[in-house]
Amino acid sequence: MESGNTIPIIVEFSGGLEMLFSDERKHKLSVPAKDDQGNAVNIGWLVQHLCQEVMKDSRKEMFVLDGHVRPGILVLINDADWELEGEASYALQPDDNILFVSTLHGG
Amino acid sequence: MAPALCAICRTSRALIIRPKNHQKLCKSCFIAIFEAEIHHTITTTSLFSPGDRIAIGASGGKDSTVLASVLKTLNERYNYGLELVLLSIDEGIKGYRDDSLETVKRNAVQYDMPLKIVGYDELYGWTMDQVVEAIGKKGNCTYCGVFRRQALDRGAKMLGINHVVTGHNADDVAETILMNLLRGDLPRLARSTSIVTGDANSEVRRSKPLKYAYEKEIVLYAHHKKLDYFTTECLYSPEAFRGSARSLIKNLERVRPSAILDVVRSGEDMAKLVPEVVSGVSHCKSQKVSLSSADGEDEGAGGCGSVNGRNSGGEMADMEKKLRQDEEASSREVDISASIPLSANSQKHDRIGESKPPQKMGKKLVRQTLGTCKKCGYMSSQDICKACTLLEGLNRNRPKIEIEVDVEDEESSTLRRRMEGIALGAG
Ligand SMILES: [Zn+2]
Ligand SMILES: [Zn+2]
Repeated sequence: MESGNTIPIIVEFSGGLEMLFSDERKHKLSVPAKDDQGNAVNIGWLVQHLCQEVMKDSRKEMFVLDGHVRPGILVLINDADWELEGEASYALQPDDNILFVSTLHGG
Repeated sequence: MAPALCAICRTSRALIIRPKNHQKLCKSCFIAIFEAEIHHTITTTSLFSPGDRIAIGASGGKDSTVLASVLKTLNERYNYGLELVLLSIDEGIKGYRDDSLETVKRNAVQYDMPLKIVGYDELYGWTMDQVVEAIGKKGNCTYCGVFRRQALDRGAKMLGINHVVTGHNADDVAETILMNLLRGDLPRLARSTSIVTGDANSEVRRSKPLKYAYEKEIVLYAHHKKLDYFTTECLYSPEAFRGSARSLIKNLERVRPSAILDVVRSGEDMAKLVPEVVSGVSHCKSQKVSLSSADGEDEGAGGCGSVNGRNSGGEMADMEKKLRQDEEASSREVDISASIPLSANSQKHDRIGESKPPQKMGKKLVRQTLGTCKKCGYMSSQDICKACTLLEGLNRNRPKIEIEVDVEDEESSTLRRRMEGIALGAG
C-alpha cells in the first residue's frame, strides 16, 4: 500500500505523440495519490492532467478528442493493452509505466 | 484485477487483445500468430516464387519496417528463397527525410539487406523543396505522391527487380475501399482490393503482404519486437494528422474492432461483382491480380510522409474545381456497360451468381486501358503519364497546373476533408 501523498510513474509517448510533448519521449511524473474527490487517481485523471498540465502544444485534439484518448492512439499499461486493465478506470500504482503510442502517422 | 492469461499458451500473462476477435494473447504468442498470418497471406495468394528478387518500399516508418522485419523472419523460417532489398525514396525535403533515411540505413544493417535510395532530383530533376518553391505549399502533396509511385517502380527497374512490396495495412485498404465506395467508383474499388497490382506483363508488380494486418497490431508488433522505426509528419502537409477517412476508420474500430477487416472483405466481395473488362481485375487466377497501378490511383493513401503516407492536405477550392472537371469528364465517358461481353470467366467466378447482367449497375463504368507514356515510357493509362504532365508544367514554370481527369489525389483529399464532417457517434 502506498502511504505517501504522491505516486511516482513514468509516462512515455511514441509514434509521433512525443512531438506534442516537448519532443520528450519519457516523462517522469509524480502524481497525487488521490484526486479532488478523494478517489484514487486513474488513467482518466492522468489523461486530463497530461493534457492540461504537461502538454505545451495547443493541438489538444491530437491527444484527446471528446473527452477520450483520440481513437488511433494505443495506451499500454506496463506493456499491457489498457483494454485488459479497465481502460480509463485503471487506478495508477507506484512505478507504473504508461505508454501512449500513436498509430496515426505515416508508415 | 487478476491479470488475464494468454488464450493460446495459458501460462503467460496476456498483454495484447486482438482487434479482430478480442483474443487475449501474451507477447510471444502474439508475435507468433502475427507472423503466421502474414505467412498464410503470402502462401495462399502465391505472392512469391523461390528465387524472386523483392524490393521492399522502405520509408523508415512503422509499416515498412515491420514488413521488412517480418519478411526477413519468414524468408528464413520457411525458406521462401527470396532476395530482399530495401528501396527508399528521397523526396528532397530538407529536415524531413534525413532522419527517416537514417532509420532505413540502420534497418539495412539490422536486417542485413542491401539498400537503394532513389532521389527525386536524379529521377525528375526536381526536389520537393524546389517544387514547393515553384508552386507553393498548396497541392504539392499531389506532386509528391505521383512522383513517389513512379520512383519506387523506377528504382526497382534500376535494380533489375520486378516486384515491389509496400507496407499498406488493413486500415489503409479499408480507407481506400470506403473512399471509392463513397465516390461510386467500382472499378477503382475493385482494383484497390487486390493484393497484387500489375501482372506478368507488367515491368514492376506491386503487392501488399500486410493487407490483412491491423495497423494497431503492426504498431504493437513493432513495439514488442522493439523495432527501430521513425515517425514524422511531412513538413508540407500539416493537416495530415487530422480528420480524414482515417478518423472514420478509427472511430469505427473503437465501436467495433472487426469493422476494418469487415470493410476489406466487403470490398473484396464487391470487387467480384465488377466485370473484369471494367476493373481490369482477373477473378480467375489463384491470386487476384489487378491490371495496373500505373498511375498509382489504387493506392488511395499515396501522399506525403511515407511510402503509404496519408494525404489529406490540399486546397478546397482547387479540389472543387477538379471535381467539377471530373464530373464534366465523366459525362463524356463512353458507357461501355451495355456492350460488355459476359465472359465465361466473370460469370463462373461470380460468387453471388445473380442473373442480372452488369448493365443493371446503374452507373457508367469506364474501361481502364493501359499503355505507356509517350514521353518517359512508364506505364500509364493516358498518353502522357501524370508525372510527365506535372513535370511539363513545372518546367514551364507555370504556377498552377491543371491535370487531366482521373486525378486521384485531389479527389481523395476532397473526400477526406468532407468526411471530416461526418460525425460518427462512437462509444
Ligand atoms: Zn501465450
Ligand atoms: Zn511519363
